[in-house]
Amino acid sequence: MAEMKIDVRGETCPVPLVEMRKALRKASPGDIVEVIGNHPASKKEIPMAVKALGLELMEVQQEGEIWKIRIRR
Amino acid sequence: MAGKATLVVHSGDMDKLYSALIIANGALSMGMEASLYFTFWGLERLKKGGLEKGPLSRMNLLGLGKWMVKRRMKKAKVVSLEKLLQDFKELGGKIIACEMTMEIMGIKPEDLRQDLIDDYGAVGAYIQEAKESTITLFI
Repeated sequence: MAEMKIDVRGETCPVPLVEMRKALRKASPGDIVEVIGNHPASKKEIPMAVKALGLELMEVQQEGEIWKIRIRR
Repeated sequence: MAGKATLVVHSGDMDKLYSALIIANGALSMGMEASLYFTFWGLERLKKGGLEKGPLSRMNLLGLGKWMVKRRMKKAKVVSLEKLLQDFKELGGKIIACEMTMEIMGIKPEDLRQDLIDDYGAVGAYIQEAKESTITLFI
Protein backbone atom coordinates (compact mmCIF):
# COMPACT_ATOMS: atom_id res chain seq x y z
CA MET A 1 0.00 0.00 0.00
CA ALA A 2 1.31 3.37 -0.98
CA GLU A 3 1.53 6.47 1.17
CA MET A 4 1.43 9.98 -0.23
CA LYS A 5 2.52 13.14 1.55
CA ILE A 6 1.01 16.49 0.64
CA ASP A 7 2.67 19.60 2.03
CA VAL A 8 0.36 22.62 2.01
CA ARG A 9 2.15 24.66 4.65
CA GLY A 10 1.72 28.34 3.87
CA GLU A 11 -1.24 27.71 1.57
CA THR A 12 -4.67 29.11 2.27
CA CYS A 13 -8.29 28.25 1.38
CA PRO A 14 -9.17 26.39 -0.83
CA VAL A 15 -5.74 25.00 -1.73
CA PRO A 16 -5.32 22.48 1.14
CA LEU A 17 -8.73 20.99 0.38
CA VAL A 18 -8.12 20.90 -3.37
CA GLU A 19 -4.67 19.34 -3.02
CA MET A 20 -6.09 16.72 -0.66
CA ARG A 21 -8.74 15.86 -3.23
CA LYS A 22 -6.20 15.68 -6.06
CA ALA A 23 -4.07 13.26 -4.04
CA LEU A 24 -7.07 11.12 -3.12
CA ARG A 25 -8.09 10.89 -6.77
CA LYS A 26 -4.64 9.56 -7.61
CA ALA A 27 -4.55 7.14 -4.66
CA SER A 28 -5.80 3.57 -4.88
CA PRO A 29 -8.27 2.16 -2.37
CA GLY A 30 -6.39 1.43 0.87
CA ASP A 31 -3.65 3.99 0.18
CA ILE A 32 -2.86 6.59 2.79
CA VAL A 33 -2.70 10.32 2.13
CA GLU A 34 -1.02 12.54 4.68
CA VAL A 35 -1.65 16.27 4.52
CA ILE A 36 0.57 18.73 6.41
CA GLY A 37 -0.46 22.35 6.69
CA ASN A 38 -0.91 25.35 8.93
CA HIS A 39 -4.07 27.05 7.63
CA PRO A 40 -6.37 26.83 10.70
CA ALA A 41 -9.71 26.57 8.86
CA SER A 42 -8.46 23.69 6.70
CA LYS A 43 -7.82 21.61 9.80
CA LYS A 44 -11.59 21.59 10.33
CA GLU A 45 -12.53 21.43 6.66
CA ILE A 46 -10.42 18.48 5.60
CA PRO A 47 -12.06 16.08 8.12
CA MET A 48 -15.45 17.40 6.92
CA ALA A 49 -14.52 16.59 3.32
CA VAL A 50 -13.18 13.17 4.30
CA LYS A 51 -16.54 12.39 5.89
CA ALA A 52 -18.40 13.65 2.81
CA LEU A 53 -16.21 11.48 0.61
CA GLY A 54 -16.99 8.48 2.81
CA LEU A 55 -13.32 7.82 3.59
CA GLU A 56 -11.53 7.02 6.81
CA LEU A 57 -10.02 9.82 8.88
CA MET A 58 -7.14 8.05 10.60
CA GLU A 59 -5.49 10.79 12.57
CA VAL A 60 -5.45 14.54 13.22
CA GLN A 61 -2.36 15.87 14.96
CA GLN A 62 -1.39 19.38 15.95
CA GLU A 63 2.09 20.57 16.86
CA GLY A 64 2.36 24.29 17.37
CA GLU A 65 0.88 25.88 14.26
CA ILE A 66 1.36 22.82 12.09
CA TRP A 67 -1.31 20.18 11.72
CA LYS A 68 -1.06 16.76 10.17
CA ILE A 69 -4.05 14.78 8.89
CA ARG A 70 -3.91 11.17 7.78
CA ILE A 71 -6.62 9.77 5.51
CA ARG A 72 -7.15 6.26 4.19
CA ARG A 73 -8.75 6.03 0.79
CA MET B 1 -21.38 11.52 -1.34
CA ALA B 2 -22.83 12.36 -4.69
CA GLY B 3 -24.56 15.60 -5.54
CA LYS B 4 -23.83 18.42 -7.86
CA ALA B 5 -23.28 22.18 -7.71
CA THR B 6 -24.25 24.42 -10.62
CA LEU B 7 -23.23 28.07 -10.46
CA VAL B 8 -24.21 30.84 -12.81
CA VAL B 9 -21.25 33.22 -13.10
CA HIS B 10 -23.00 36.38 -14.22
CA SER B 11 -20.65 38.90 -12.64
CA GLY B 12 -17.25 39.67 -14.06
CA ASP B 13 -16.08 41.29 -10.82
CA MET B 14 -12.82 39.90 -9.55
CA ASP B 15 -14.02 39.23 -6.00
CA LYS B 16 -17.18 37.48 -7.19
CA LEU B 17 -15.19 35.30 -9.54
CA TYR B 18 -13.07 34.28 -6.56
CA SER B 19 -16.22 33.37 -4.62
CA ALA B 20 -17.58 31.30 -7.49
CA LEU B 21 -14.35 29.40 -8.08
CA ILE B 22 -13.64 28.76 -4.41
CA ILE B 23 -17.15 27.39 -3.87
CA ALA B 24 -16.92 25.26 -7.02
CA ASN B 25 -13.51 23.87 -6.06
CA GLY B 26 -14.78 23.19 -2.56
CA ALA B 27 -17.70 21.22 -3.99
CA LEU B 28 -15.37 19.17 -6.20
CA SER B 29 -13.03 18.57 -3.28
CA MET B 30 -15.90 17.23 -1.23
CA GLY B 31 -16.80 14.73 -3.90
CA MET B 32 -19.54 16.60 -5.73
CA GLU B 33 -19.72 17.38 -9.41
CA ALA B 34 -19.58 21.05 -10.34
CA SER B 35 -20.60 23.11 -13.36
CA LEU B 36 -19.95 26.79 -13.96
CA TYR B 37 -22.24 28.54 -16.42
CA PHE B 38 -20.54 31.75 -17.59
CA THR B 39 -22.87 34.47 -18.85
CA PHE B 40 -22.86 38.27 -19.36
CA TRP B 41 -19.97 39.99 -17.56
CA GLY B 42 -18.78 36.65 -16.28
CA LEU B 43 -18.16 35.46 -19.82
CA GLU B 44 -15.93 38.48 -20.45
CA ARG B 45 -13.49 36.92 -17.99
CA LEU B 46 -13.15 33.85 -20.20
CA LYS B 47 -11.88 35.95 -23.07
CA LYS B 48 -8.23 35.44 -23.83
CA GLY B 49 -6.28 37.62 -21.38
CA GLY B 50 -9.48 38.69 -19.60
CA LEU B 51 -9.36 36.58 -16.47
CA GLU B 52 -7.74 39.06 -14.10
CA LYS B 53 -9.29 42.15 -15.69
CA GLY B 54 -12.41 42.34 -13.52
CA PRO B 55 -12.87 45.25 -11.12
CA LEU B 56 -13.78 44.91 -7.45
CA SER B 57 -17.55 44.78 -6.94
CA ARG B 58 -17.25 47.52 -4.31
CA MET B 59 -14.70 50.22 -3.61
CA ASN B 60 -12.84 49.62 -6.84
CA LEU B 61 -11.90 53.33 -6.79
CA LEU B 62 -10.81 53.31 -10.44
CA GLY B 63 -8.58 50.36 -9.80
CA LEU B 64 -6.90 51.62 -6.63
CA GLY B 65 -9.14 49.51 -4.41
CA LYS B 66 -8.52 46.46 -6.54
CA TRP B 67 -4.78 47.05 -6.40
CA MET B 68 -4.90 47.25 -2.61
CA VAL B 69 -7.02 44.13 -2.26
CA LYS B 70 -4.76 42.21 -4.66
CA ARG B 71 -1.74 43.25 -2.61
CA ARG B 72 -3.39 42.00 0.57
CA MET B 73 -4.44 38.78 -1.14
CA LYS B 74 -0.86 38.20 -2.23
CA LYS B 75 0.30 38.74 1.33
CA ALA B 76 -2.32 36.26 2.57
CA LYS B 77 -1.09 33.84 -0.11
CA VAL B 78 -4.43 33.58 -1.91
CA VAL B 79 -3.83 31.81 -5.21
CA SER B 80 -4.55 33.32 -8.63
CA LEU B 81 -7.82 32.92 -10.54
CA GLU B 82 -5.85 31.01 -13.17
CA LYS B 83 -4.71 28.46 -10.59
CA LEU B 84 -8.27 28.09 -9.27
CA LEU B 85 -9.53 27.47 -12.81
CA GLN B 86 -6.80 24.94 -13.54
CA ASP B 87 -7.62 23.11 -10.29
CA PHE B 88 -11.31 23.23 -11.16
CA LYS B 89 -10.62 21.55 -14.50
CA GLU B 90 -8.20 19.03 -13.03
CA LEU B 91 -10.82 17.92 -10.50
CA GLY B 92 -13.33 17.34 -13.29
CA GLY B 93 -15.31 20.59 -13.20
CA LYS B 94 -17.30 21.60 -16.25
CA ILE B 95 -17.44 25.04 -17.87
CA ILE B 96 -20.33 26.14 -20.06
CA ALA B 97 -20.25 29.38 -22.07
CA CYS B 98 -23.53 31.19 -22.71
CA GLU B 99 -24.24 31.36 -26.44
CA MET B 100 -26.69 34.24 -26.17
CA THR B 101 -24.09 36.41 -24.43
CA MET B 102 -21.70 35.58 -27.24
CA GLU B 103 -24.25 36.80 -29.77
CA ILE B 104 -25.12 39.98 -27.86
CA MET B 105 -21.55 40.95 -27.18
CA GLY B 106 -20.17 39.77 -30.49
CA ILE B 107 -17.85 37.22 -28.87
CA LYS B 108 -16.58 34.46 -31.15
CA PRO B 109 -15.47 31.05 -29.86
CA GLU B 110 -11.90 31.86 -30.89
CA ASP B 111 -11.99 34.98 -28.63
CA LEU B 112 -12.54 32.70 -25.63
CA ARG B 113 -10.26 30.39 -23.66
CA GLN B 114 -11.31 27.25 -25.49
CA ASP B 115 -8.87 25.24 -23.37
CA LEU B 116 -11.25 25.79 -20.45
CA ILE B 117 -14.69 25.57 -22.06
CA ASP B 118 -16.38 22.18 -22.22
CA ASP B 119 -19.61 23.23 -23.83
CA TYR B 120 -21.61 26.11 -25.29
CA GLY B 121 -25.23 26.40 -24.31
CA ALA B 122 -28.27 28.52 -23.60
CA VAL B 123 -30.80 28.52 -20.78
CA GLY B 124 -31.81 24.93 -21.51
CA ALA B 125 -28.28 23.76 -20.76
CA TYR B 126 -28.34 25.57 -17.42
CA ILE B 127 -31.75 24.16 -16.44
CA GLN B 128 -30.64 20.70 -17.43
CA GLU B 129 -27.60 21.01 -15.16
CA ALA B 130 -29.43 22.82 -12.37
CA LYS B 131 -32.39 20.47 -12.06
CA GLU B 132 -30.13 17.64 -11.10
CA SER B 133 -28.08 19.81 -8.74
CA THR B 134 -28.36 19.99 -4.96
CA ILE B 135 -26.66 23.41 -4.92
CA THR B 136 -27.30 26.19 -7.40
CA LEU B 137 -26.04 29.74 -7.03
CA PHE B 138 -26.23 32.91 -9.07
CA ILE B 139 -23.09 34.96 -8.65
